[in-house]
Amino acid sequence: MSLLEIRNVTRRFGDFTAVDRVSLSIEAGEFFTLLGPSGCGKTTLLRMIAGFDLPDDGSIFLNGTDLADRPPEDRPVRTVFQSYALFPHMTVEGNVAFPLKMAKTPAAEIPTKLAAALEDVRLTGFGKRFPHELSGGQKQRVAIARALVTHPTVLLLDEPLAALDAKLREDMQIELINLQKEVGITFVYVTHDQTEALALSHRIAVMNAGHVEQQDEPSRIYGFPRTRFVADFIGHCNLLSGPVVANAGGFVTLDIAGLGPVRVAAETPAAVGSSGAVALRPEKIRIAAVAPSDTPENHYRGTVAEMLYMGDVTVYKVQTPGGEKIEALLANSASGRAKFFDVGDAVEMSWAVAAGHFIPE
Amino acid sequence: MRRSGRLGKWLVSGPPLLYLIVFFAIPTLIMVLASFRTPGDFGGLTPLFDESGKLDLNVDSYVRFFTESVYAEVFLKSVWYALLTTLLCLALGYPLAALVARSGRKHRNLLLLLVILPFWSNFLIRIYAWMIILGPQAALARGVNGVLGFFGHEPVPLLFSSFAVLVCLVYVHLPFMVLPLYANLEKHDQALLDAAQDLGAGAWQRFWRITFPLSLPGVYAGAALVFIPALGIFAIPDILGGPDDSLIGNIIKQQFLETRDWPFGSVLSIVLTVAAVVIAGLAAWIGRRNLGTPSSARTARA
Repeated sequence: MSLLEIRNVTRRFGDFTAVDRVSLSIEAGEFFTLLGPSGCGKTTLLRMIAGFDLPDDGSIFLNGTDLADRPPEDRPVRTVFQSYALFPHMTVEGNVAFPLKMAKTPAAEIPTKLAAALEDVRLTGFGKRFPHELSGGQKQRVAIARALVTHPTVLLLDEPLAALDAKLREDMQIELINLQKEVGITFVYVTHDQTEALALSHRIAVMNAGHVEQQDEPSRIYGFPRTRFVADFIGHCNLLSGPVVANAGGFVTLDIAGLGPVRVAAETPAAVGSSGAVALRPEKIRIAAVAPSDTPENHYRGTVAEMLYMGDVTVYKVQTPGGEKIEALLANSASGRAKFFDVGDAVEMSWAVAAGHFIPE
Repeated sequence: MRRSGRLGKWLVSGPPLLYLIVFFAIPTLIMVLASFRTPGDFGGLTPLFDESGKLDLNVDSYVRFFTESVYAEVFLKSVWYALLTTLLCLALGYPLAALVARSGRKHRNLLLLLVILPFWSNFLIRIYAWMIILGPQAALARGVNGVLGFFGHEPVPLLFSSFAVLVCLVYVHLPFMVLPLYANLEKHDQALLDAAQDLGAGAWQRFWRITFPLSLPGVYAGAALVFIPALGIFAIPDILGGPDDSLIGNIIKQQFLETRDWPFGSVLSIVLTVAAVVIAGLAAWIGRRNLGTPSSARTARA
């Protein structure tokens, strides 16, 4: 049995089902992320794990024990709140020592544990400060130290980096990864930021409208989105829809309007005549002025309709003869030039059969 | 530009300043001066310069206050009543303020209205109403004495007693405790209580370690608003108290209106004012020390 087992958990608010029969198994020592847009139920699920909310149906097991009858203060689970929720009338030490006092830790042990917790988050020497004397990143670290000082079984993090600016967020992401490795505590992380989820997690559950769309490792979530929602939500993705016209040996062929037949790898068999879509990441598409000699099976002509120079890469939107726009990404590192093509240039798009991914509909 | 800016500042702050000078600062100074003068034979004051043209100022009234222990006793009794009133208002007002602060927006306004509803009728009328409630023919006194009689106890009068004075003192001052407490509690962040609970704090610990310390600015404000007026009150002991329930306010009133010893009345007033300022200052100082945070952070939260 996994460390944290969520079985068929449902939570309704009036007519609205916030969490809809969600089942998840989270392993000990795992960095697990609940990813989804706002209102998808990820925070409600987190609050149910913490004990602030109770499921209408289903149950949550921690180490094999049902948590249903245990109030938040009796669960070996700690939360890092989005607003940090530091106690403004206590110093950093007072805040971090708070859970130790609540757990009736002998007074003699408190200073050692306090020092260790502050060292873990690199805040040694900040103990006497009050929360209003700290920067956003420092407050964040105090909140984490406070949650970790009693060595909980699971640490829940509710969008902990949302209030920080971009540069600081990146630094904190690296710190979080290192910290999680160091303390070995299971992290359950809630975010709506897909890059953050991809960067931090061992596994991700993508949630939408109360249910889990896909549960997988970051590279599989990104590379092999199983539903249209996941493909669309995680990064940029071209979704080319059309009817299935052939199906053989793990590959299906779709008839895409404006392009013609497109062959793509399929994990699930699809009947001829059913409809589906090809999910194709922009960076997997090659574009060239003329078709190269090793052109793969899927190659189509188009015209550059729009382009966005992003510094490291350039995004090209290539219009097919049928009028559809396909996004392609080209790294600028390949040449000293800022761009390869201009708006209006005729180009040849191509991608390998294995580059795309079939999503049934 | 700069000149008109300064003029505007005076136009805005001038009238209230003038009002305070005319109706507060000058009368206070007159009172301080009066405390050093000699009472007239039929009330009022003797002339500032006697027949020989000598300035007639003395400290006789101060000497009297500090040598006749009866006044110090009344004064200490008044402090004790004001303190008791403050503590009872806090004990009753805190749960009430917390209830109002935690109720839904719809009920909150209604509850607040009920708290301030007594202000809609006159202060004296409300005190007289207590005469009826506590009167010997009222259900309350009959019920209490019925129970006492059952246990073989002599009947007790509720009216014209220190009990009546204290009940009415608490009744009159309760809204002044509830309103600042409510204003403070209403702003508390639920996330802090969630965090405390998440970190292992039970209901009592959450109140004692989070809610209560954060509400101290409200407690101090409410305590000051109750303690200071309760210290100088005279109408309630006059109407509801017995012969032994005179407080310092009654003595001051007596000195001015009955005994007509203005200098001594002034001395008592000055002692009362100084005591109120010292006690309020002490409370604020203790509050700042206990809270340990700079005052700027506290006012931002209050």
